[in-house]
Amino acid sequence: MNLKKLMFNNEMSNQKMNKNKQNPNWYLESFVSFEESLNGHSKTFLHDLRKETLPSLEQLSFPTLKDEEWKYTNISSISEQNFIPVSKLPQIILSKEKLKDFLFQGFDYYLLTFVNGIYSNELSDLERIPEGIIIENISTVAKNNPQILQKYFSKLSKTENIFNAINSVYSVDGSFIKVSDNIVLDKPIQIVHINGAEDNKVLSVPRNIIVVGKNSQASIIVNYFGHGSEPYFTNIISEVYVDEGGIVDLIKNQSENENSFHIEKLQAFQEKNSVFNHYNFEFGGSIVRNDINSVLNGENIETHYYGLSLANGKQHIDNHTFVDHAKPNCMSNEVYKAILDDEAHGVFNGKIIVRKDAQKTNAYQQNKTILLSKKAKIDTKPQLEIFADDVKCSHGATVGHLDDEAYFYIRTRGIPENLAKSILIRAFANDVVESVKIEQIREQLNHMIFEHLHRVEIISE
Amino acid sequence: MLVIKNLKAKVEGKDILKGIELEINKGEVHAIMGPNGSGKSTLANVLAGNEGYEVTSGEIWFEGKNLLDMAPEDRAREGVFLAFQYPIEIPGVSNATFLKTAINEIRKYHNQQELTPKEFLDLIKEKSKVLGMDDSLVSRAVNVGFSGGEKKRNEILQLLTLNPKLALLDETDSGLDIDALKIVSSGVNVFRNQNNAVLLVTHYQRLLNYIVPDFVHVLSGGKIVKSGGKELALELEEKGYDWISSNEFEKANV
Repeated sequence: MNLKKLMFNNEMSNQKMNKNKQNPNWYLESFVSFEESLNGHSKTFLHDLRKETLPSLEQLSFPTLKDEEWKYTNISSISEQNFIPVSKLPQIILSKEKLKDFLFQGFDYYLLTFVNGIYSNELSDLERIPEGIIIENISTVAKNNPQILQKYFSKLSKTENIFNAINSVYSVDGSFIKVSDNIVLDKPIQIVHINGAEDNKVLSVPRNIIVVGKNSQASIIVNYFGHGSEPYFTNIISEVYVDEGGIVDLIKNQSENENSFHIEKLQAFQEKNSVFNHYNFEFGGSIVRNDINSVLNGENIETHYYGLSLANGKQHIDNHTFVDHAKPNCMSNEVYKAILDDEAHGVFNGKIIVRKDAQKTNAYQQNKTILLSKKAKIDTKPQLEIFADDVKCSHGATVGHLDDEAYFYIRTRGIPENLAKSILIRAFANDVVESVKIEQIREQLNHMIFEHLHRVEIISE
Repeated sequence: MLVIKNLKAKVEGKDILKGIELEINKGEVHAIMGPNGSGKSTLANVLAGNEGYEVTSGEIWFEGKNLLDMAPEDRAREGVFLAFQYPIEIPGVSNATFLKTAINEIRKYHNQQELTPKEFLDLIKEKSKVLGMDDSLVSRAVNVGFSGGEKKRNEILQLLTLNPKLALLDETDSGLDIDALKIVSSGVNVFRNQNNAVLLVTHYQRLLNYIVPDFVHVLSGGKIVKSGGKELALELEEKGYDWISSNEFEKANV
């Protein structure tokens, strides 16, 4: 790749970049020109937060395989590249009609669209939002209603590693969703992030903030897609607050480009009697890392994590989950599955803490992986730390190949090998896909599974 | 229709079939009986092409074609059907989707047009009726949450809809109560005609009260040690397998 050419196309090309490839302080040094590019936006409280976090870019270094939390995930191909922060909306690259190809279809939804982490009003659809509900982009809220944003921004997620710090320093936009008490959102919200560029290696650092009030309900789908030919880096922080009796369904569809990098940290915080369902569908990206964390801060809380990773080629997909049972009488259930082909590498680390007060906790965790080739592999690690004595906890991990007997059964009905494999893949993914409540999404997910694995699809009745 | 010559097969390195000779013609029903571990199920699996079984020598000819050269799906398309002892559950795929896929793959192989949805539904309705199956079973995932009897009935539903030339029934009677056994048997009796054949593998004689065979073969130690008419099954029921094992087995090994 021609690095010189990139530099001149770069909006921050006035920046000194002579140390380019090996520069560990790239994100520190880029700040000056980034700040200039912000113009009027540098006066908000967000900018004060940026400056507060800036020193941690100096103190923190990129994790290596020696870090326990990163022992199976080599991120050197992320740290060795200098991704360029984006502060302005790039030229719109597709029409609203074309955007529909990236979205789940067949039902009504509110739509927030971001390009490289920056909101596009043109590609969004936020008409007729009922009273008591805010669905907006963060930079607009920061301008018009900073008090409310300040109340929730970065309140749940702490800077735990350099990726969190990079997001905090460079994020200028994202989604802000707030549902007041006693409201059932009339239709789901779809958020779509289109990342990447033709001429630059861009850094996309959006935030998602979701706040659902007492006894309210919301269903949110967040889609990540790639665009353009250059590698890019998406590095997200999401914060989800579910107040007493609230119910939140959050579906993630990660379908980034195959040469991209994708890291998300999601921190959820639940109050008593609330339900949080997280559905994590991982299709794209070359190196992917998710940290999905929930604190169960009250009684009678339910937390469900469903995950399905489909990987081929040399994709690396790392899912770290952390369920923190802080109070009694709660339940969490986790079903994470992966189908890995070619030389794909999966990682699952499922941590559950049951704190001393959290008596009568029910916590379950399952991780199942199917390896479709000899070179595919999975590292799976359950991590249960239980400090209460009256609890029910279980975990299980299985790694296998498609079941020979089932494969034979299907073929004895005249069904050829490729279709027989598709049927078995469908059967394996079924419980995760079926957990999604919206039927149209389930159908489209099934379709995406076969498309991603380059498999023939079995056509349903 | 089917000619088996000196068939030998191994499972996990162990010799199970040690030289099977068998010929089945159109319109015939053959029963293979024998004690546990005699190789009955192995024979059914080898005929259907299970890759977990290694054929070490011998020949299998089906309608003049070499069956051993064919993948399981091609054997099925040529007209061999195996009803499993333990039918497999397939979550997320409905019986209807599964059967329609199977029928149309077989039809494609024979250069026939795929069935229209209406033709398919009519066919399924007709065949379910024979087996007294509820329509709702067709829209449920294949064998998921089915009782043992429902699973076996579902195998026979597949048999009737795919309508093969040769039906291999592997311990289809196992785990069935008498009512379920009657229903399954009547399904097989509806299937059988002058142009097809049935090979049923069973440990017990009771199935043969409902599906009356033309020939009974006793399999022991990997070989057919005795063949006869339907009376042989009754004799076995009376005297037990020890009677065969001690007398005929030694003779067969001479």
